[in-house]
Amino acid sequence: MVTLHVNGKAQQVDVPPETPLLWVLRDVLGMTGTKFGCGMALCGACTVHLDGRPTRACITPISAAAQGKVTTIEAIGGDQVGKAVQAAWVDLGVPHCGYCQAGQIMSATALLQQNPKPTDADIDSAMSGNICRCGTYTRIRAAIHRVAQKGATK
Amino acid sequence: MSAPRDSMTSVPRDASSDRPLLLANVSRRTFLTGVGALGGFVLAVGFPAALRAADPPKYGRDGMPDGWVDDPLAFVAIGEDGTVTIVCHRSEMGQGVRTGMPMIVADELEADWKRVRVAQAPGDQKRFGNQDTDGSRSTRHFFEPMRRCGAAARAMLETAAATRWNVPVGEVEAQNHEVVHRASGRRVGYGALAKDAAKLPVPPRETLRLKDPSRFRYIGKGQLKLVDGPNIASGKAQYGIDTRLPGMLYAVVARPPVYGGKVAKYDAAQALKVPGVVRVVEIEGSPPPAEFNPLGGVAVVGRNTWAAIKGREALKIEWADGPNREYDSAAFKATLEASARKPGKVVRNEGDVDAAMASAARRLDAEYYVPHLAHVTMEPPAATARIVNGKCEAWGCIQSPQAARDRIAKRLGLSAENVKVNVTLLGGGFGRKSKPDFMIEAAVLSKAMGGAPVKVTWTREDDLHNSYYHTVSVERLEAGLDAGGKPVAWLHRTVAPSIMSTFNPEAKNEAPFELGMTAINIPFMIPNVRIENPEATAHTRIGWFRSVSNIPHAFAVQSFVAELAAAAGRDPKDFLLELIGPARRIDPRTLGDTWNHGEDPEKYPVDTGRMRRVVETAAREAGWGKALPKGRGQGVAVAYSFVTYVAAVVEAAVNEKGELSIPRVDIAVDCGAQINPDRVRSQLEGACVMGVSLATKEEISFKAGRVVQDNYNAYEVARMAQAPGEIRVHLIPGDFNAPLGGVGEPGVPPIAPALCNAIFAATGKRIRRLPIRDQLMKA
Ligand code: FES
Ligand code: FES
Repeated sequence: MVTLHVNGKAQQVDVPPETPLLWVLRDVLGMTGTKFGCGMALCGACTVHLDGRPTRACITPISAAAQGKVTTIEAIGGDQVGKAVQAAWVDLGVPHCGYCQAGQIMSATALLQQNPKPTDADIDSAMSGNICRCGTYTRIRAAIHRVAQKGATK
Repeated sequence: MSAPRDSMTSVPRDASSDRPLLLANVSRRTFLTGVGALGGFVLAVGFPAALRAADPPKYGRDGMPDGWVDDPLAFVAIGEDGTVTIVCHRSEMGQGVRTGMPMIVADELEADWKRVRVAQAPGDQKRFGNQDTDGSRSTRHFFEPMRRCGAAARAMLETAAATRWNVPVGEVEAQNHEVVHRASGRRVGYGALAKDAAKLPVPPRETLRLKDPSRFRYIGKGQLKLVDGPNIASGKAQYGIDTRLPGMLYAVVARPPVYGGKVAKYDAAQALKVPGVVRVVEIEGSPPPAEFNPLGGVAVVGRNTWAAIKGREALKIEWADGPNREYDSAAFKATLEASARKPGKVVRNEGDVDAAMASAARRLDAEYYVPHLAHVTMEPPAATARIVNGKCEAWGCIQSPQAARDRIAKRLGLSAENVKVNVTLLGGGFGRKSKPDFMIEAAVLSKAMGGAPVKVTWTREDDLHNSYYHTVSVERLEAGLDAGGKPVAWLHRTVAPSIMSTFNPEAKNEAPFELGMTAINIPFMIPNVRIENPEATAHTRIGWFRSVSNIPHAFAVQSFVAELAAAAGRDPKDFLLELIGPARRIDPRTLGDTWNHGEDPEKYPVDTGRMRRVVETAAREAGWGKALPKGRGQGVAVAYSFVTYVAAVVEAAVNEKGELSIPRVDIAVDCGAQINPDRVRSQLEGACVMGVSLATKEEISFKAGRVVQDNYNAYEVARMAQAPGEIRVHLIPGDFNAPLGGVGEPGVPPIAPALCNAIFAATGKRIRRLPIRDQLMKA
């Protein structure tokens, strides 16, 4: 048994400790908002926050995740910055298929929490680990700037 | 819990039952073309209706399998609380169809969008009309039927209100979710009318009053947000990979690495020792042609996806590779080049190219190469199935749910009535998810597990190793210029394995639908034109990929035009416009194009006036010819595909190290009227990024019959830093009563040539082989 702290809740799971957090979230805990895209930390679809840091759940064993607090897309709206990011995404019509967007939102939220006024270069570097095959990058940039301009409090 | 968590914006039970929605006990008014009787072979992207039968040709929506339906009973439900549920029968993969299609119905219905819910149709083409979501067809084929659905439902509500008030129906009018009696000012809401309206017959099609476009509320306005936006942003949106059923098992499959290969023998002992592994199951493949069939292999079924993946790693499999075991991309490129240098099947011939070449003042030739590509949808293929009491129910991210249904039924030996295919959101499609092989796998595995629900997930490696790839091609262009620099002869040899090879191994020539993608149908002012298509043999599954053969054809043709302009010492944009010539409407058949994207050549001629206009618009908006710093340049290209005209002007910057960036792209699009302008823009933006991605990075290559690339590290795609700094989309206004064009795909073809033309302007280096990758790098 490993005890995980996910979105403010302690959860016991009965899987080997080397199992990646991604599959425990999705298959064991039934939280499918966090997506699988590559399994090798190449695409960012599985991004969650571990103690506030953007983390690729697909390569994070639960033994490591258990050391901290996990926040997923399902709960990021409870954070002011996360909520503002979600609103900007909807408002600017960022998503196409939407599949990458949970990961994009988690990465963007982490960026804005750290750096409320990022430049284009800051955005490119913070978001470079997140692939969007539909090609929504220009709107993602615009949405991040929108949150930065408005501030996260609204 | 008996079904996956239902978060697709509250799908009502009725939407997936067989009960008519708006009212009961009235015979359904449907229009079915009967083409579906041809069977489960649904290659929707390709077959020209005119070639299917001896009947008079059927074009557009009439030519598609199962045609179209405009019955409000199939598409609209109104609850007594006033909630209007509109069924979307096309698959949502990012193009916004679950917003756009219901919006058309809602507008004609005078429904208040805030009170509209969208339900997703299961695969049932007899009931909903064609559901193959590909070929950039949803809006252009269903705009009119969906308008009639909304208008018919509106007429029923108006009749119900007029009857209740005992006034002539001409005195009442539906307005924003109410019916109003003009004289008395009485009004009644849709909810209160629903029961009465449901008792009325559906009015005949001919009696319907469609709105004048000036009175549209939503169509053409672009103010509505995506219906799935909030669910996507909060992680609630449900994709094929997200399906969960009670007692569900999780599977991954080891598939033959070489096309046509099969399992020689395998040993599951170690796999079965992996914690969480439940069973190892061999899936029978089928010999080429693959069609939509699973490739076969060995499946590992586990308690979660990770257990199945670890179990698969522990399998020992010996493969019998079969005849494609030598497939090697480097060698194949040489084969294609050799073919392109020899005459091939002539598919268009005007004037006397050989004589004109012989007497030309200058002759130029060039060969262009585009490798295999993979769609790499962010959501890999994934599907779930279970079998209960002889009935199979499946869930998946599928572009062709009826094909999935028919193929599952055939494979399980069930009738199609006993198979239900539910369509989830698609995490990208791009043509990959038109092929239901992965859904059949889920059904086969459920059967092997005694009907238990099984979800099959493709890993990224699976997706790259066993896709239906975009073809690989060499395009050879030759031209003769006269002393004034005007082209007098044009020879194009296009050589590429055909998509048809996936269905018929004898197919070695490009099909009409492939040639009709920017190769045969160029409307240039050149007196002597010959297009040839030498044979090519496929050694892997070839499939359609967003914009299909337009990618290599437009890359070659539009690059070569710029090469000719340079040779003639002319401005490339002016030279391109001169080649297009004056505005005229050309019957595509006179260009040798019998396909015309399946559309009526009378309604959809090749319109060089529209082609000119997008070039002129993109050039003007981009400030064509403006002074740029050293290392920067502009390039232009145009493509007519999916009956839409798109021109792009790319600004490229190449620094002293040879690193490429793209500060800005201007795109002009004429797709006719735009139903949801914001989604048209977003599709063109996305197509631009995909075009940049395939031009700069993407390549699938084979060695010893196997795909070399495993994951996104080797199959690179554009990331944010490589995306253009700015993408400006310029929409040409259109007429809602004129034929519409496609939107999802036509943005891709002009990007690679416009980019390479811009690189030439910036550096003088001509790129003829994609991807560009490090070709610009200084040592
Ligand atoms: S799935 Fe984790 S980074 Fe791609
Ligand atoms: S929106 Fe489809 S992958 Fe990003």
